[in-house]
Amino acid sequence: MTSATAAPPSSPPASTGSALRDSLVELIRVTSTVLPADVVRAVNAARGAEAKGSNAAYALDVIDCNIGLAKTKSQPLCQDTGSVLFYVHTPVGYDQVAFTAETEAAVRIATTRGHLRQNSVDAVGGKNSGDNVGPGAPDIHFHQWHRDHLEVILMLKGGGCENVGAQYSLPHPQHGGRDLKGVENAILDAVLQAQGQGCGPGILGVCIGGDRSSGYAHSKVQFLRPLDDRNGDPVLDDLEQRIVTKANQSGIGPMGFGGATTLLGCKISKLNRVPASFFVTISYMCWAYRRQGVDLTPAGVIQKWIY
Amino acid sequence: MALVQLTTPVTVEQARSLRLGDTVEITGRLYTGRDAVHHRLHQGVKPPVDLNGSIIYHCGPVMVQQDGKWVCTAAGPTTSIREEPYQWEVIRDHGVRAVIGKGGMGPKTLAACKDYGAVYLHAIGGAAQVCAERITRVDGVDWTDLGSPEAIWHLWVERFPAIVTMDSHGGSLHADVFAASQAAMAKLKA
Repeated sequence: MTSATAAPPSSPPASTGSALRDSLVELIRVTSTVLPADVVRAVNAARGAEAKGSNAAYALDVIDCNIGLAKTKSQPLCQDTGSVLFYVHTPVGYDQVAFTAETEAAVRIATTRGHLRQNSVDAVGGKNSGDNVGPGAPDIHFHQWHRDHLEVILMLKGGGCENVGAQYSLPHPQHGGRDLKGVENAILDAVLQAQGQGCGPGILGVCIGGDRSSGYAHSKVQFLRPLDDRNGDPVLDDLEQRIVTKANQSGIGPMGFGGATTLLGCKISKLNRVPASFFVTISYMCWAYRRQGVDLTPAGVIQKWIY
Repeated sequence: MALVQLTTPVTVEQARSLRLGDTVEITGRLYTGRDAVHHRLHQGVKPPVDLNGSIIYHCGPVMVQQDGKWVCTAAGPTTSIREEPYQWEVIRDHGVRAVIGKGGMGPKTLAACKDYGAVYLHAIGGAAQVCAERITRVDGVDWTDLGSPEAIWHLWVERFPAIVTMDSHGGSLHADVFAASQAAMAKLKA
């Protein structure tokens, strides 16, 4: 719970004069540089599973070293600081317009300080905005709740793992029909197609149902769950465990080098669908699973780190 | 499988001496080049640096300016397969002897490695700090109009680690693992 605060910045940054903005910059810095404790535990467990001297063991040793260096140096775990995704809960009536402006300002500052790469590119003209702000960036998902404080969770999701996400429409000629078997085969196919491209060992977020857009959105929300939690739905829990077991029997291994650990976890949820549609949507998260969150007072002061 | 110290520029003979599974440590010059660079080279634009004997690094680093100098603060590999349509041509036309990236590449690149004498080197994806530690200098940058992550950065590295996963003799770890995992998954089907 407190591990996220352990990495000091290399030099104390100047305050921006806004408590909320300072807190958001700090959230970005920690998310980019410190891997959450639940993910570190999973990586460590995977290290013990690979054969000594194998490429897989080498990859996990380098990953372990990288996790330590990034935290100590307060520099990005991965140079692809990814899509900047905020999941925000606010008290009812909270000014979301002002929050958005503060978030954009924080993202600009974090980019200047090197916590974020210049990562936002005009999709047609190719021009990099240089400050990570532009149409769709940063991506902020607001929800209201009947509580007094704000919860702000940030996820930085790199392009390599985003590119291997997939959406299947069932029935499917190779993977099967509109049942759990079809779902399972579709998910395993996504793992097979991803190979090492998504920087495995990876974590899957899956949505069964929904439509094409809600399926992807909901699959990503699964990454907010702690990696070591269990699904409250016994059917989905069973499927999650089975996917991880089978994926790890595939032999794809860390980085696609071959080996025992292909997935560190799988999180599955469901949304109602219309009778005509049956989507299985899979988002892939790399081992550099950067998500962190804070509880904030309405004035923007950090009360608690979440992961 | 050997540990090989590789210095730039790399000769055809050196590239051909590397075998699947060898670990290399590179000392010398790396040029970053990813999607936009490969696309532009494919369009026939002359490269701003001599790529003969060079190593291209599929990487979009995080660069910050400190006291007027560029410092690289994160520089792991990006996914290489996106360069599959172009890489073979860049190897053929510019004498590139090695490509560093992650995730591996396909049959066109593998054929170019064989035909012209080049290798694909796999760095550890996401390990931006381990890689950046081996970058001791940033000596220049070209094509900054492409944006910082897509520009050609001239990096000087010392003992930069990577594994040969595609060699000049037709060997590809990626093709091997895909075939084996496809067979395994077929048996695991629900």
